[in-house]
Amino acid sequence: MTADGSDSAAALADAVRRGERSARSVVEAALGGIAARDPELHAFLHVAADGARADADAVDEKVRAGEDPGPLAGVPVALKDNLCTRGIPTTCASRILEGWRPPYDATVVTRLRDAGAVVVGKTNLDEFAMGSSTENSCTGPTRHPMDPSRVPGGSSGGSAAAVGAGLVPLGLGSDTGGSVRQPAALCGVVGMKPTYGVVSRYGLVAFASSLDQIGPFARSVADAALLLEVIAGHDPKDSTSLDRPAPEVVRSLGAGVEGLRVGVCEELVADTAPDVSRRVREAAEELAEAGALVEEVSVPEMRLGLSAYYLIAPAEASSNLARYDGVRYGLRVDAPDVAQMNTATRTAGFGPEVKRRIMLGTYALSAGYYGAYYGKAQRVRTLLIRAFDRVYEQFDVLVGATAPTTAFAIGERVADPLAMYLSDVCTIPSNLSGHPAISVPFGAGDDGLPVGVQVLAPALCEERMFQVAATLERSAAARARAGQGEGRR
Amino acid sequence: MSPPASGPPASGPPASGPPASGPPASGPPASGPDRAEWETVVGLEVHCELKTQTKLFCGCKNAFGDEPNTNVCPVCLGLPGSLPVLNAFAVELAMRIGAALHCEVRPSSFHRKNYFYPDMPKDYQISQYDEPINVGGWLELPDGSRVGIERAHLEEDTGKTTHQGETGRIHAADYALVDYNRAGVPLVEIVSRPDIRSSAQARLYVTELRAVLVATGASDGRMEEGSLRVDANVSVRRAGAGAFGTRCEVKNLNSLRSLGRAIDYEVARQVALVEATGTVVQETRHWDENAGRTVPLRSKEEAFDYRYFPEPDLVPLAPGSDWQERAAGAVGLLPSARRERLAGLLGGAPTPQQVDQVHVVVGQGLDDLIVAAVAQGAPAGLALVRAANELAADIGAALALDAGTFGSVVEMEGRGELTATQAKAVLAELLAAGGGDPAKIAAEKGFEALSEGSLAAVLQGVVEAHPEEWARYSAGEEKLAGFFTGQVMRATGGKADGKAVAAELQRLRQ
Repeated sequence: MTADGSDSAAALADAVRRGERSARSVVEAALGGIAARDPELHAFLHVAADGARADADAVDEKVRAGEDPGPLAGVPVALKDNLCTRGIPTTCASRILEGWRPPYDATVVTRLRDAGAVVVGKTNLDEFAMGSSTENSCTGPTRHPMDPSRVPGGSSGGSAAAVGAGLVPLGLGSDTGGSVRQPAALCGVVGMKPTYGVVSRYGLVAFASSLDQIGPFARSVADAALLLEVIAGHDPKDSTSLDRPAPEVVRSLGAGVEGLRVGVCEELVADTAPDVSRRVREAAEELAEAGALVEEVSVPEMRLGLSAYYLIAPAEASSNLARYDGVRYGLRVDAPDVAQMNTATRTAGFGPEVKRRIMLGTYALSAGYYGAYYGKAQRVRTLLIRAFDRVYEQFDVLVGATAPTTAFAIGERVADPLAMYLSDVCTIPSNLSGHPAISVPFGAGDDGLPVGVQVLAPALCEERMFQVAATLERSAAARARAGQGEGRR
Repeated sequence: MSPPASGPPASGPPASGPPASGPPASGPPASGPDRAEWETVVGLEVHCELKTQTKLFCGCKNAFGDEPNTNVCPVCLGLPGSLPVLNAFAVELAMRIGAALHCEVRPSSFHRKNYFYPDMPKDYQISQYDEPINVGGWLELPDGSRVGIERAHLEEDTGKTTHQGETGRIHAADYALVDYNRAGVPLVEIVSRPDIRSSAQARLYVTELRAVLVATGASDGRMEEGSLRVDANVSVRRAGAGAFGTRCEVKNLNSLRSLGRAIDYEVARQVALVEATGTVVQETRHWDENAGRTVPLRSKEEAFDYRYFPEPDLVPLAPGSDWQERAAGAVGLLPSARRERLAGLLGGAPTPQQVDQVHVVVGQGLDDLIVAAVAQGAPAGLALVRAANELAADIGAALALDAGTFGSVVEMEGRGELTATQAKAVLAELLAAGGGDPAKIAAEKGFEALSEGSLAAVLQGVVEAHPEEWARYSAGEEKLAGFFTGQVMRATGGKADGKAVAAELQRLRQ
């Protein structure tokens, strides 16, 4: 059971595996919930009802035949719509990919299917994952599950809202600058970004290749761990995939934090809203209470992250998005010659934020500017990694806020790109360093909306990170029972 | 084996002036402007398609001439979400090329070269940029000159666009068709230093490089199929000048002939320009084979800004010394050694014609067949002739031919069991059928060479039937030898060997 009493993914899978519940009934319940709730939320871009029913029936058939249906047997999963799904539309919430159905499944999708999970649909996102509110979707914004006037965060806002609203127990997103963790924090669910290379990117439509990682959404740390173990592990189709087995996070959940050195990162607290920073400090106190050695620490290089990120990510994006040229798939706007057709297609197909980043990135890579922009940003990135290395000599993990504020109002930051970019200031450093980080719900802000506390760990220290996350989750639950920090539910 | 890490090629640029023209590039020496005060400076970029089973970054078949868009997958079509995985055998072949060109193999990396073109699925090309796998080598040409090699790096090929319309020309095209079978095929780009001093030397360089690429097993060397493509950087300077002139890059050189003509044209054009205006504008030019001239493609200002940056989807490449040694060990005999080996088999000083033939067979990779045939007992000279003529004419089939089979045909011819005409016919049959039993084919065709005795008998009959002609021939009218040979051929249905007839005629006359 999760904190709010709904079934956990682990419990559902167990029930299905034991034949106590049919996968079909679990999936029907999820489809029913989506049909009832999604017209308001707009978390889904595509509901794959028929495929989901067929997959659920296949799981039930395996159970009947006595075969192992996998660790996620019958568990409904929502996928961010930048993950390729064979035969199912994959649009990245962009007009330019209208009507495109990939001929192949992303590696994570294959692994989910092999584990018995059932893909119920594709979720909304900021176009090509560029944004922090899911407002940059060509189909319109997703709404916050607890307050429809607010954003769910982004860019994986659809998956976060779907899990937050209890429509599905599990979701997948992609995290390039915080796009899993930030919406997880805003929607009050668990979201994590693995160490770069732990989860295969094969089939994830690229935004910024050196930063992109796929990560799980769940309603509990344990479910997030379960999902991570399913999707992680070496994939020969991704050259940047690390040649090592999936981290064993599930069995680390109960280990506690006794003796762990926890650094409260000043830069991840100081610039956040007072109601958010208060929760982070409370979380740190809870960890100390649980036996961790907690100290404040400053990593000034973190403040350089945002500007480096907004050169590196757009630079890579400008190249990754070049292929949407109207020649082979997706939208084509006809014109007298190829160059004009390219221009007309891209003008009509991309939204304003995507165009802004393509222009930024093209500029940053231009002859004569490369050294001053992209080259320098890469040096800053190296600087930041060294800073992390230094601080991890003294600390086992760092904690801070996931997002500077709770969920903000729809439209509030649309006109001010810089204000929107700042939504990711706490999450971007981990993408630049390639390190893992997780957001765990920890109470609410003054507006009653969820606050997420972020745990950062050194590369490949997912086990340790989950240990701390599980402890925080237990503390948050205890505080909720005691009436502290309770928000809207 | 390898030269110093970053030093210049072991020998400097060749002495100026056209080198002795080597056999394959024979013909008129570099024409160009016949003005002693101008020096031609050429550097060549040769793109070599690697002879791998699969493409550079995916498992699709690397094959020429298949049905369009059949050897494609999400990766080589650049579908959203797909990722490249480097083909280890392509790396191995690149290292073989490096070893054959005396390059140093270095830790390397891939970059993205960004520009829009419909036949490039990702609208960027994955290529090695500032850290190529092979650097700093040289190629020695048969005339003894050496051309420095700057680098030889790995990259992927693009697809192929065919413009459809009445003229087939790009500007008049109604539409274009794109075949992505070639997209992602592995290439090694071999960049020479500007050490080449004439069009003849440029042709010699490409001919020798091609032979090296074939010998290493890296390439099939087929220029006509585009598996070897050449761009030339051409400039001129006054003889004795230290600095290079402004260069133009000439593209679309699809044959040795185009290469030579284009360089000559370009040199003449640039000399005229400099003499008239004092300067050459740096630009990329297109060789128009029909018009016999180069035309501007794009100026320096119009040059693409490729926005190179490190390819984030691939990891750096650092082949260990074991692997490097394995690759170098797999290079095999290089063309110069192969030519020497054949010369040894021929014995004595080869005729100019044989020197040409040796170049042809080594260039086509046919010399192993000859060596095997000789080992089997076939006469070397004859094996060389048959390989250089009959086998080279159908190179694809020839390379698939069993060495023993070829040897048998040459042996039969050598023993006089087949005439030259018959041997050619048997070889043609073997090449067409992809193999077979030469003796059986000869029998089926009714090729039973006449024994010496029966040839003498036939000739005797012919002589008796034409006493007048015989008297004139005996008196020294040599042209009548042809008459008698023709009569013998008619009488034997072409089974007689021309040489044997000539010998018999001589013998009878004495």
